[in-house]
Amino acid sequence: MNAFIILILAVVLLGVVTLWKRRSSSAVREIPAFTRLIRSLGLSIEDGKRLHISLGHGRMTDGRGGSAFAGLALLRNVAERTSVSDMPSVASAGDSTLGLLTQDTLEAGYQAAGVEDAYVHTIGRVTGLTPFSYAAGAMYISQNENVSTTIVLGNLGSEAGLIADASERANVPLIGSSDDLVGQSILFTSAQEALIGEELFATGAYLNDDAVYSASLTVQDIFRWIIIVGLIVGAGLKFIGII
Amino acid sequence: MRVVSAVIAIAVGLLVLLGYFLPMAVPIQTILLEWAVIFVAVAAVVGVINLATVHADKVRRRAKDGIYSAMLVMGLIVAAGLGLVLKPQNSFMQAIFLNGIIIPVEASLLALLTVTLLYTAIRLLRRRADAMSITFIATASLIFFASATLPFGDMPILGTLIRPWVSQILALGGVRGILIGVSLGTLLTGLRVLFGIDRPYGGK
Repeated sequence: MNAFIILILAVVLLGVVTLWKRRSSSAVREIPAFTRLIRSLGLSIEDGKRLHISLGHGRMTDGRGGSAFAGLALLRNVAERTSVSDMPSVASAGDSTLGLLTQDTLEAGYQAAGVEDAYVHTIGRVTGLTPFSYAAGAMYISQNENVSTTIVLGNLGSEAGLIADASERANVPLIGSSDDLVGQSILFTSAQEALIGEELFATGAYLNDDAVYSASLTVQDIFRWIIIVGLIVGAGLKFIGII
Repeated sequence: MRVVSAVIAIAVGLLVLLGYFLPMAVPIQTILLEWAVIFVAVAAVVGVINLATVHADKVRRRAKDGIYSAMLVMGLIVAAGLGLVLKPQNSFMQAIFLNGIIIPVEASLLALLTVTLLYTAIRLLRRRADAMSITFIATASLIFFASATLPFGDMPILGTLIRPWVSQILALGGVRGILIGVSLGTLLTGLRVLFGIDRPYGGK
């Protein structure tokens, strides 16, 4: 019952806040990783190099798929912007279902840019089906395929360290985030710019003008404040012995 | 076609979600999830074909380090062929492919990772010398140092008081905060996909 109430509340809030955001534009706070990401998008085309977007190995059939969907939203945007480049962006995934969605998302980005004939299915790759085999394949792309920036976004554990190390050896800056705590701490130490926690899910708001993405951030903030107040009130009530 | 795929995805998503709240929708949910399992299995085959295609293309183009791609394709063919004939549970298959190749290679990568992480931690302050990085290194060092066991037991004060306080109060609080943030992000991302705002299954 609680889950149902939370779900309905989230749907209602998302709808209301989206309508409100469409009427009055709002700014998002600056996150260095996104500033660097947007700059890399432009620079990769000018430098004649490609971006490598690595989406981790989150399965679509469990809770880890959420971060993969956030990565796919980023990929869609990157594909649309860099599809006209001589060196189109390449994406890697460590799960077969995610690999299929990666290819579909890339194709949709090319269609949106009006260059669907330029789409080649090998730019969306499944590099391995276990965490380390996936990392081994992603490491190769960062080191050998004329990459200007590696963007790691999704469900990654300790293997993120190998991808980060390979990028560093090839002098390729890395922007990264994972929904896994181990992956997140490793990317914090090894990435040039790291996203912490829920910042991973804010890519849409920073790369798209659509109000629904900034509305998503606002709804997350509303829920976060509800949880904070609930925790403080709960701790207070426990302290005075009511619960 | 794009509209049809969006309608199917949204309808299936809503039906599966309803199954969690309405008992009458559980049978439909079960059928859809069973279909999903079959689709995932088919996707695994497609994923392997994609992997083989990319590497076969490298061999054909005589790309740099193409020898590794050739080895991967040959390994794939041999493993798949033997697996179909002998079955994956066969002791020969287990000894050669699992215990002889897969586990040692993954263990080697894990060992490499240990060195990589130590090296990365040392270089962190050179890359980003800000308050967060200093706090990160200081906390990690403190926990490592305080975890060291002396001949007479835990390190006094550091090991018995400060380390548990840092790891069980500060770090655990931070972990919960991050996980709550990730959960909220996942919820909102899921809703966007469910209502067809984000369409990772295609569509402009």
